Amino acid sequence: MRAKSASSAPSAASASSAASTASARIAAQFVALLVLGAVLLALGLAIGSLGWSPWTEAGDTMRLILWDIRAPRSLGAWLAGALLALAGAVAQGLFRNPLADPYLLGCSAGASLGVAALLFVMGISPAAAALALRVGMTGAAFVGAIGAVLLTLVLARGVTQSLRLLLAGVVVGVVLGSGAALLTLMNPDILRAMQAFMLGSTGYVGWSAVQVMAVALGLCLLTALGCSRTLDALTLGEDTARSLGQRLTLIRLLLIATLSLATGAAVAQCGLIAFVGLVAPHLVRSWGPTTHGALLLLSALTGGALLLAADIAARWVIAPQELPVGIITALLGGSYLLWLMHRRKAHFGGAGGSQ
Amino acid sequence: MSAARFDDGGRPGAGGVPASSGASFATGSAGTSETAADVASAALAMDAGVNGGAAAATDAVTLGHVPTLRIELRALSLGHRQVLHPLSLAPAPRAWTAIVGPNGAGKSTLLRAIAGLLPFDGTLTLDGKPWPTWPAKARARQVAWLGQNEAASEDLTAYDIAMLGRLPHQPWLAPASAADHAAVEHAMRQTQSWDWRDRALGSLSGGERQRVLLARALAVHSGVLLMDEPLAHLDPPHQSDWARIVRGRVAAGGAVVSVLHELNVALQADTLVVMDGGRIVHQGPPHDPATHDALQRVFHHRLLILQVQGRWVALNA
Repeated sequence: MRAKSASSAPSAASASSAASTASARIAAQFVALLVLGAVLLALGLAIGSLGWSPWTEAGDTMRLILWDIRAPRSLGAWLAGALLALAGAVAQGLFRNPLADPYLLGCSAGASLGVAALLFVMGISPAAAALALRVGMTGAAFVGAIGAVLLTLVLARGVTQSLRLLLAGVVVGVVLGSGAALLTLMNPDILRAMQAFMLGSTGYVGWSAVQVMAVALGLCLLTALGCSRTLDALTLGEDTARSLGQRLTLIRLLLIATLSLATGAAVAQCGLIAFVGLVAPHLVRSWGPTTHGALLLLSALTGGALLLAADIAARWVIAPQELPVGIITALLGGSYLLWLMHRRKAHFGGAGGSQ
Repeated sequence: MSAARFDDGGRPGAGGVPASSGASFATGSAGTSETAADVASAALAMDAGVNGGAAAATDAVTLGHVPTLRIELRALSLGHRQVLHPLSLAPAPRAWTAIVGPNGAGKSTLLRAIAGLLPFDGTLTLDGKPWPTWPAKARARQVAWLGQNEAASEDLTAYDIAMLGRLPHQPWLAPASAADHAAVEHAMRQTQSWDWRDRALGSLSGGERQRVLLARALAVHSGVLLMDEPLAHLDPPHQSDWARIVRGRVAAGGAVVSVLHELNVALQADTLVVMDGGRIVHQGPPHDPATHDALQRVFHHRLLILQVQGRWVALNA
C-alpha cells in the first residue's frame, strides 16, 4: 500500500537533529541580538546633544553626562523597546491576531490616561520624579492599560474577529486618549510634560525609571515564557488547546496582566511609542519558524535594539535639537506595517481588504 | 499474526469489512506485531534506519489503559437554539465508531460535547468519574481531539505542531523527553508527514497540513481518539492510510470516534451512529440492513447502498 512510499524516505536526519538545527539558529539569533544591543548601547553613550562625542575626553562634566544622562537614557530606551515588543508578541499570540499590538488595542492610550490622571491628581511634572513617583506612575499606567484591554475585549466581543478587534481598539484608544487630553487641558501645569509624553520621549529616563523597567521586564519575561507553550497550543484553536489540558482562563488572565504591566511600565517612563510592539515580533517571524518561547525572547531583544536605534537617531539627526523618538518609530513602523499589508494581503483577510 | 490481531479487534461489524481489504491490512502491518510492545523502542529502531521503517510505523502503538467515555445528554443549546436533544453514547473500546448524518444534524456538536469542549445539560464521565473532577492534563492524556479545519499558526514547524500533542505528558516547562520525540516521530511517519517536519505549517498544502494535524492528535497516545472530519483535504490513498491508522488504534485496544462526511469510509467502521435533527436515530454495524434503512431515511432515500467486492458503498442517487 501507500506505506511503502514512506519506507524509502531517508531516516538519516533524526528528530533530535531536526530540533537542534532550529535551536542552533535561534541561539545564533539570540547572541547576534545581544551583541547588537551592546553595540547600540555603546553608540548611545557616545552620541549626545552635540552629535558624536565619545567618552575620550575624561572630565567630571563628561562623566556626569555619561553616567547620569546618556547611560540611563540608552538603557531605558532598550528596556522600553523590549517591554513594548514583549507586550506585542504576547498580544499577537494571545489574541491569535497578527495585528494585535498594545498601541492598536488601546492599551497604550489606557496607560497614558492612567499617567495623566496621576499627574493631574498630584499636579507635578515628571521631571521632578522620584522612585516612588516612578513606581506610582507605572502602577497607574498598569491599571489604565489593563482597563483598556478589558474594555477593548468587551467591545470586540472576544478576540476572533480581526476587524472588530481593531475597530474596538481604535475606539478605545481615541476615547481614552481624549480623556487624557482633557485632563491635561484642565491642569496647564502638566501640559508640557504631557505633550512630550504623548509624542513619546526617552528624554526623562533616569536611573529610577531604568530600575522600574528592568524589574518589570524580568517579571514579564518570566510569566510570558512560562505561558509560552500554551500560546503554541492556542495556535491550533481554543478547543484543541483545551483538549491538550491547557488551563486557558488562568493563562489568559496571566498574559493580559503581563501585557498590561509591560505596556504600563514602558508607557509610564517613555510615553506613547507606537509600532515597536507590532513590528518586532513580525521581524522575528520573518527570519523563520519559531515557537512562542523563542519568539517572545527574540522579540524583546529585537524591540530593545529597535527603540534604542531609533532613540540614537532621534538624538543625532537634527542635533543639537532632538526629535521625539515616538515620531521616528511611528514613521518606520507605519511604513513597515503598510509594506506588510501589501505583502500579506490574504493573511489579513477582511481587515486588509477593506482599507 | 497481525491478521489475527485485526480479527480480535474487529467487532461483529468487521464482518462487513471484506476479506480482501483485511488481507491488505495484514500485509501493511506485517512485521510490526513483534515490535508492538513498546512505541519508544519501535520508533528508535526506525530512527536507526531499520529497513521497512515506514511499514513498522503503521500500527505499533501501546495505549496503556483505555478509559470508558460516556455521555448522557439531556439538551445542548448554542445561543437560543437547541442543537442536541436527549441522547446517550459510550464509544466502545476496541472499536471504530463513525458518526454520520446530513448537514446540520449536530454531529460535530456531539463530538465536541463528548470531548468536554461544550457545556451541556447532562453528564459526561470518564471511567465513571464526572469529567470536571479530572485534572485537565490527566483527562487530556486519555482523550485526544482533532478538530474540523483546525486553525493553525503559519509560524510553527510541522514538528513543533506534532510535538504539541505531547503537552499533556510533559510537566510544566520541562523539555521534551526522548519518549516524546519518539512518539512524535512515530506519529509523523504514520501520517507520512515526517519528510516536511522542518517546514513551517504555512508553507504546506491543505492535505499535508491535515496530515500534520492528524499526527499531532495521534502523538497524544490517548485511549480515546475523537476526530471531526479528519479526511478533509486528503486524497483517496491517504484516506485509506487514515483508515489503516484507525484500524491500528483499534487493534491496540483504543476507542476511535470520527465524524465523517465520506459515507464510503464510514461504512468501513465497526459501528455507525446515524444522526438527524440533533438526535441519534440509529446505531449499528455497517452491514446491517437496519443501518442501511436509517441512512436512507436521514438522507431522504437519495442513496444507493451497494455491496462491491464484499464492501459496502453508498452512492448518491
